[in-house]
Amino acid sequence: MTRLPYVRPMQGWWRRNPYYVRYMLMETTSVIVALYAVILLVGVWRLSQGQAAYEAWLAALRQPWAIALHGFMLLAMLYHAYTWWKVLPKTLPLIHVGGKPVPGLLLSAAGWMATLVVSAAVYATVRWGGL
Amino acid sequence: MKRSNAPIFWSLFGAGGVLSALLAPVLVYITGIGVPAGAGMPADALAYPRVLAFAQNLSGKAVLFVVIALFLWHAAHRIYHCLHDFGVHPGLATRLMLYGSALAGTAAAALLTIRL
Repeated sequence: MTRLPYVRPMQGWWRRNPYYVRYMLMETTSVIVALYAVILLVGVWRLSQGQAAYEAWLAALRQPWAIALHGFMLLAMLYHAYTWWKVLPKTLPLIHVGGKPVPGLLLSAAGWMATLVVSAAVYATVRWGGL
Repeated sequence: MKRSNAPIFWSLFGAGGVLSALLAPVLVYITGIGVPAGAGMPADALAYPRVLAFAQNLSGKAVLFVVIALFLWHAAHRIYHCLHDFGVHPGLATRLMLYGSALAGTAAAALLTIRL
């Protein structure tokens, strides 16, 4: 007679530690990335159908629930950007400059700066630029 | 030895992650809050003629296609691995469905942006 092997229960493992909760939050931002890609894709599709269809897409975005949803999505995307650059040093091999390893925080800071600069550039282009 | 396909999907995940870390917050703000709620953006920033001209321009097409496609590949890969963390052990069918959706979205984005 064989005994059943012990399987350690893993149900809800990530809820037991705030560090893992943050990890799971970071990973699930990808659902919002997908959702936004679909919203953009629908926009391009509606654009291809002409002015009336495109303006219906814009009107849908003006619905209060759509604006609220995008507010939530914006928070998720900010968290994604923050965590993406935060873990970047852990995903890269050590980079050496002048024989010394570049501190991880410096790489993260460069990423955060890049997001700020790109965001400002896109904002300015859409608002004032010729596009 | 059979070559792994992991580097391809990981590269798409990584590229999409970088692009979305750079662009997703500002894009979500512009199309979802700034223009629709009139918060910090003029209402005509996304007016039909302007967006159409952008989407008919070769670099505009490239931007739209690359953003949509890489966002989708990034998400498909990350969701696939995240399912495991949630205690769902996805098989080949789930993987095909996730990457298949990204592929379908990529194809749709390519067709639409080319034809615009």
